[in-house]
Amino acid sequence: MSAEKLTMATALNRAMRDAMHADPTVVVFGEDVGPLGGVFRVTDGLTAEFGEQRCFDTPLAESGILGMAIGMAMNGMRPVVEMQFDAFAYPAFEQLVSHAAKMRNRTRGRVEVPLVIRVPYAGGIGGVEHHCDSSEAYYAHTPGLHVIAPSDPADAYGLLRKAIESADPVVFLEPKKLYFSRSEADLTAPVPPIGRAVVRRPGTDATLIAYGPAVPVALEAAEAAAQEGRSLQVVDLRSIVPFDDETVCAAVRSTGRAVVVAEAAGFASVSSEVVARVTERCFHSLHAPIRRVTGFDIPYPPPKLEHVHLPSVDRILDAVDELQWEYA
Amino acid sequence: MTRDAALLLPSTEPVTLIDPDGHPVPHVGHDLPDPQALVRAYAALISARRFNDQANALVRQGRLAVYPSSHGQEACQIACVQVLDDGDWLFPTYRDSAAIVARGVDPVQALTLLRGDWHSGYDPHATKVAPQATPLATHLLHAVGVAHAARLRGEPTVVMAVCGDGATSEGDFHEALNFAAVFRTPVVFFIQNNEYAISVPLARQTAAPSLAHKGIGYGVPGERVDGNDVAALLKVLGAAVARARAGEGPQLIEAHTYRVQAHTNADDPGRYRSADEVTPWLARDPIMRLETYLRGRGLLDDQDVRGYAEQAEQAAGRMRAGLGEETSADYRDLFTHVYAEPTPQLREQQALVADELSREEER
Repeated sequence: MSAEKLTMATALNRAMRDAMHADPTVVVFGEDVGPLGGVFRVTDGLTAEFGEQRCFDTPLAESGILGMAIGMAMNGMRPVVEMQFDAFAYPAFEQLVSHAAKMRNRTRGRVEVPLVIRVPYAGGIGGVEHHCDSSEAYYAHTPGLHVIAPSDPADAYGLLRKAIESADPVVFLEPKKLYFSRSEADLTAPVPPIGRAVVRRPGTDATLIAYGPAVPVALEAAEAAAQEGRSLQVVDLRSIVPFDDETVCAAVRSTGRAVVVAEAAGFASVSSEVVARVTERCFHSLHAPIRRVTGFDIPYPPPKLEHVHLPSVDRILDAVDELQWEYA
Repeated sequence: MTRDAALLLPSTEPVTLIDPDGHPVPHVGHDLPDPQALVRAYAALISARRFNDQANALVRQGRLAVYPSSHGQEACQIACVQVLDDGDWLFPTYRDSAAIVARGVDPVQALTLLRGDWHSGYDPHATKVAPQATPLATHLLHAVGVAHAARLRGEPTVVMAVCGDGATSEGDFHEALNFAAVFRTPVVFFIQNNEYAISVPLARQTAAPSLAHKGIGYGVPGERVDGNDVAALLKVLGAAVARARAGEGPQLIEAHTYRVQAHTNADDPGRYRSADEVTPWLARDPIMRLETYLRGRGLLDDQDVRGYAEQAEQAAGRMRAGLGEETSADYRDLFTHVYAEPTPQLREQQALVADELSREEER
């Protein structure tokens, strides 16, 4: 064990480096991931260390990047590709939903495409348009894909290692605003399997359910609530697909109240799926309807207005206040 | 790799080595293939034609849901396979079932998709044939990836990536050519230009002088070939495969042919083209001209022709028998092959279906 303080960007870089050392079939490619090290420097140093055949720049074409990755995965490689920004991943959508997601199924298990699509995603960084989308629902709605969103450096490392080892295509959503947040992480610790949520903070009065960039906000809200004498539990989904019904439902049953927090627009979203699943399974444990604090159903706002859109501590606490405490 | 524009451009006229009347055509760049290759091609053409006819008949009998026929395009179908080595890959489209069978895939497995039993019925790794692509041009990028992976490992693999004229309008066609050129991957892009994308004629797909001209924009040499002349196809495709295997990068080959039949049985070509347009193409049939040539050279006689026809008939008989058997599609496959390990949710959903079925049995 060797806990160290590092950023999520460094943890992700370390995950790719360690995976490339462990498995010669792991290759990294995309736009600007070579000598530049990616626009967020997540692939920094990989070309220098492993050579141009293992980490390389491609022409600027996302469908091309993912389509080539699918072919390489069909032929014995484990590609890890970067889609520079969330909204720039859309040209690769057909390759993702019609091919990466379906190849195993189409061939009745004869052809696997083990690949990872890394997507720097979501907002909170003052980015201009087309740089801050929360696109997880598009991916989560597609059978055949795993969808993961880490919220801290330790998980970023562990889950990316697991994603690279996975026999299935994994969409790995990296919250941009957390890239450079530092925290203690023991990269030698055992890595949790994909598909397990985790209780980040114990609590007894209500459960906040979040993933990716919303987790630190939920933790902050729980801390603020504690000052006011209310004990909020925080569950971090980590993995959107597969979804950990067991952990989430056990948590909600233990408190009887829940608020789902997510940056993405709320309509037809991962947050609505969480509410539906928990309600179907925990109805008789609930003291109040589950509330949601999500982004509004609007295109992502310009930098000066994003604070209006993003879930905030106050908005979360207001939602918690509405959980029908009078019936306690 | 050349950046000399003149060397990237296709010839003005498609390469023809045997004309529609069966006469050899002298060509500065290519000799005729050797006689054994042509006789082998003839046998394969007869089988491919019989396969197309049989598949059409099976649609009428309700044994296949749909069949996009390659009738009239058989020279393309068999040439793109005959030039490959065992370790090479074929990336076919939905109209290339005859090519898949020529590659050695069992006809019943090749028609699984069109029969509706499952999506892809054969083992792509065992046969080195990718699943048939129904979306257009997306598979060309997979072909580039397969070729690039092989090249990284130093394997001599060449990938034959097949598409139609309509697919050349798709973005992935252009991205695939560009990626293949930049990474110099051993891919032969083979366009069967049959003049139609369902009902839309070539003039509505492109204003380029030819589809092979599209290669120059990516630094990929283009070549045009008579798509009903199997001799020319074998030479042009064979040269492209050899070039790719030698590490000289991708090539773009456009075969000029014609979709003699409807898009599929569900199509009505009378709505968009006249019989007058189709008739001249019947005279350019790929089988007739090769047969005339081979008979003229003493390489084929009546007995040979009867023999090859008999072989093709026997294969068609096996195909009818195979596709006549009732299959039992297993609902569990629906849940088993979504992920390597089913998610808890998929297990629940499969259990739900199992419960429904057991209650049905009780009734």
